[in-house]
Amino acid sequence: MDAKLDLLQGTLDTMVLQTLTVMGQMHGYGIARRIEQVSGNEILLNQGTIYASLVRLQQRGWITAEWGVSENNRSAKYYAITRAGRKQLEKDAAYWHRLTVVMGRVLKMTIGEI
Amino acid sequence: MSGTLRRAMQRTMAIFHKGKIDAELDRELKTHIDLAVDENLLAGMSPKEARRKAMIQFGGVQQAKEKHYAVRGFPLVDVLIQDLRFALRTLRRDMGFACIAVLILALGIGANIVVFSVVNTILLRPLPFADSQQLVWIAPPNSGHDLSGSTYSADAYEDYKSMNRSFSGLTAYYAFSLPDNLKMMENGVLKPLTGIPVAGNFFQVLGVQPVMGRSFNDLETRTGGNVIVVSHSFWQRDLGADINIIGKPVTMNNTPFTVIGVLPETFDFGAVFSPGEKVDVFAPQNMDNIRNEGNTLAFIGRLKQGVTLQQARADATELFQKFYSNKKYANSLGVYKGRGYPVYLKDYVSGSLQRSLIVLWCAVGTILLIVCVNLSNLLLARAATRTKEFALRISLGAGRVRLVRQLLTESLVLSSCGALLGLGIAYAATAWLSHQGSIALPLISSMHVDAAALGWTVLLAIAVGLLFGIAPGLKMSSGNLHESLKDSGPGTSEGRKHERLRTVLVVSEVALACVLIVGAGLLLRSFLHVLDIDLGFKPASAAAIKVDYNDGGDMVKRAAILQNIQERVDQIPGVTFAGFSDNLPLERNRGWDGPLVKGKSYPPNYDHGAYIYIISPGFIPAMGMRVHGRDLNWSDGPKSELVMIINKKCASDLWPGEDAVGRVTSFQGKDVRVVGVVDDLHESNVEGVSGWQVYLPMTQGDWGPEGSELVIRSATPVTGLSLPVLKTLQSINAGQAAAPLRPIQSIVDHATSPRRFFAILVGIFATLGLVLASLGIYGVISYTVTRKTQEIGIRMALGATRERVQRDVIVNTLQMALTGLVLGSVVSIAVAREIRSMLYDTQPGDPATFAGTVLLLTAVAAVAGYLPARRASRIEPMRALRND
Repeated sequence: MDAKLDLLQGTLDTMVLQTLTVMGQMHGYGIARRIEQVSGNEILLNQGTIYASLVRLQQRGWITAEWGVSENNRSAKYYAITRAGRKQLEKDAAYWHRLTVVMGRVLKMTIGEI
Repeated sequence: MSGTLRRAMQRTMAIFHKGKIDAELDRELKTHIDLAVDENLLAGMSPKEARRKAMIQFGGVQQAKEKHYAVRGFPLVDVLIQDLRFALRTLRRDMGFACIAVLILALGIGANIVVFSVVNTILLRPLPFADSQQLVWIAPPNSGHDLSGSTYSADAYEDYKSMNRSFSGLTAYYAFSLPDNLKMMENGVLKPLTGIPVAGNFFQVLGVQPVMGRSFNDLETRTGGNVIVVSHSFWQRDLGADINIIGKPVTMNNTPFTVIGVLPETFDFGAVFSPGEKVDVFAPQNMDNIRNEGNTLAFIGRLKQGVTLQQARADATELFQKFYSNKKYANSLGVYKGRGYPVYLKDYVSGSLQRSLIVLWCAVGTILLIVCVNLSNLLLARAATRTKEFALRISLGAGRVRLVRQLLTESLVLSSCGALLGLGIAYAATAWLSHQGSIALPLISSMHVDAAALGWTVLLAIAVGLLFGIAPGLKMSSGNLHESLKDSGPGTSEGRKHERLRTVLVVSEVALACVLIVGAGLLLRSFLHVLDIDLGFKPASAAAIKVDYNDGGDMVKRAAILQNIQERVDQIPGVTFAGFSDNLPLERNRGWDGPLVKGKSYPPNYDHGAYIYIISPGFIPAMGMRVHGRDLNWSDGPKSELVMIINKKCASDLWPGEDAVGRVTSFQGKDVRVVGVVDDLHESNVEGVSGWQVYLPMTQGDWGPEGSELVIRSATPVTGLSLPVLKTLQSINAGQAAAPLRPIQSIVDHATSPRRFFAILVGIFATLGLVLASLGIYGVISYTVTRKTQEIGIRMALGATRERVQRDVIVNTLQMALTGLVLGSVVSIAVAREIRSMLYDTQPGDPATFAGTVLLLTAVAAVAGYLPARRASRIEPMRALRND
């Protein structure tokens, strides 16, 4: 099996925001599992690191947290995205789209194009 | 931006809510694992396998927590808190050391805060008026304490006010009001008050807004009138802080006055213009009433925007020659030529104190340096015993920077505790000083520990902590690891480097103390010389009280009343002499053109000013003055020949080498015979020289006494006479205000109080410096002996005698002390030159002071060295060698 992808700085925050946008309220474990599944298990994610990301997003006011009860009756902290968070996600998404396009172009570069 | 701010807030909060947040995180992580286990179980794993898999997926729990910390708080702050905790723990373990260090620091820092408060109050802070930098004081250059010579007439005031181009406002106050010149009935007792008449625009020009009511209007400014503006403290104390006081009448001197305004608490007339006195009420001065009184007004102006002091001076020079003393007399034109010289009000109020205050500041700064040196010493000694601990910590991987930081944290904790305690001391000291009415320093009554002083304290705490902490800190962390671990601690002498640093500390301590003691010695000797000055009168066992009487302006009636009072008071047991004067020496004074020799021709416009005292018989012996010729007597009446008493200086200037008694002078257009000559009186200040003085009878010549002070000389302690004297006076006149006798000594003390204040403060600092320095020397020597126990043991085992060991320690101490003394003396000579102008009758190189200082410090060093030396000589060789 190939080595898993290392997460680039700041990408995890964007993934968390996107996950919350799509899935609505979620607990830390749910978010982590969701990201793993969507990435097709290609990302090297220590699930624990998600909590640093969550507290950072909370401090910036992009997500909120409250305690709730999970479907199998465990009390868990549920996170939801805020309006400021959605705005930030739009910006981040646009940035990533531009970056991938540019990266794609640069990497397709051949001798002829110089 | 607000996001950044919020994050910072939340991060800060996170530090304080650490426990709660941690617990919540633990709960959340536990849920996470549980959910993962649940899912794995559903997938069909065994419970054990499910948990193992969940943990792997999670990664390290501890790492997740650490990351969480890093994001949510400030890791640096965490470390700082850790350092602080550690420092406190270490210090608690060594309580004795910590207490001594904090106490020494508190004394040093406390003294510094007090002096800073004094300097800040008098020198640094602007005067308590709006835009006070624009205010100027106008008086003849170098007019000093001569009140008539530094004031102007009402006509000059009005001309200057209308003609000047420099001021947006010119105002004046009546400078000849005496303290306690009014009386008010309060609870059945007549209570004395002090009132000052001011020009109507006085408060506008100073920029003082009444907190209630208003100040004087145009009509009151022109015609005077029975309206008063009262000081805040008077309103609180005597008017019961009545918030409806405006418009109400207050009866003073049997006349109803309407209160029209209450001044703000920050306005204290006495603090600025007559230090040490309080003024209760202000009335508008009607200029017409004082037009014939000559010089009575002190001038204050507010510079127009953009006008410089130089321009105002040029303007004044040009204008003052056009003013009249009194427009009724054409020949009074030009008397003020060259006598108008504006200076900044601030300079007038505190300029003369600048040097003294800076000296005080330097002295207290020196104390702080000594404190730092002492603590450096203590810390070094302590550090030495901890060498091994630190070496061990370094070898276990602690960074040197971290160790230095740890040590600095310790010293900063010490200095902060010291500063806190010092702040307490300073609060008490400033509160006490500001309530000492007897200190005649301007603005001192408004002194308190303010924001600036708090800022200064923080600055001092940090600077001091770094200063005394840095040397031990660096030394500690830079030591040779190998050596330290190998070194067996106490027993052998340390390397030369160690020794040298400690020698430098002792030498500098002695040098600093030397400078302090020389400075204090010079100031103290000056003060003693000032106390020894022959004032021309004997203040001891004499006292004064202001006496009210009503003679209706009739001289014969006045003589009868005064003679009656004098006879009645004379009968009180203990009273030896009693007599009246309108002015007392060192208080209010008044100058007129002096007497001239009758029949001698003088150049036109010749005049020589003289201080005038209008007195009754008995005043001169009551003041303890010696008279050659005769005293005045009650038969010197309106019908008899005009007589006067003059002082020696006046007599010898008028009739050099001849006896003045019996000669006739031409004085104020009249022939007056000299019947007595008295010693020169220090009429206006203790340290200056006397001018001409003339004593005139109250009962003759219509000289017009301005008020009357009864002076009593007594064989018994004066204070015991207060009650009987007051009773007698009240039995004669029910309108006599109830006030205690004022000892004449208190008037002299008031006049010398600034010098006393500085001499005593510098004296206290010098004593403190001496004690600290001796403690420092003792500490170092004692520590050195302890360190050398083993070495001394070996030397004694090899045959060194006790005397030899003892002598070596003492000689070593004295060598250091002498080096310090030589250095200190050199600096002292320079310092003494700088403070030359503050000395009285004392040379900057005063041999007694220098010799005394050298002897004192040598003796202190000898004692500080002797105690450890004795201990050294008692060392038992065998025990020392066995001892580890």
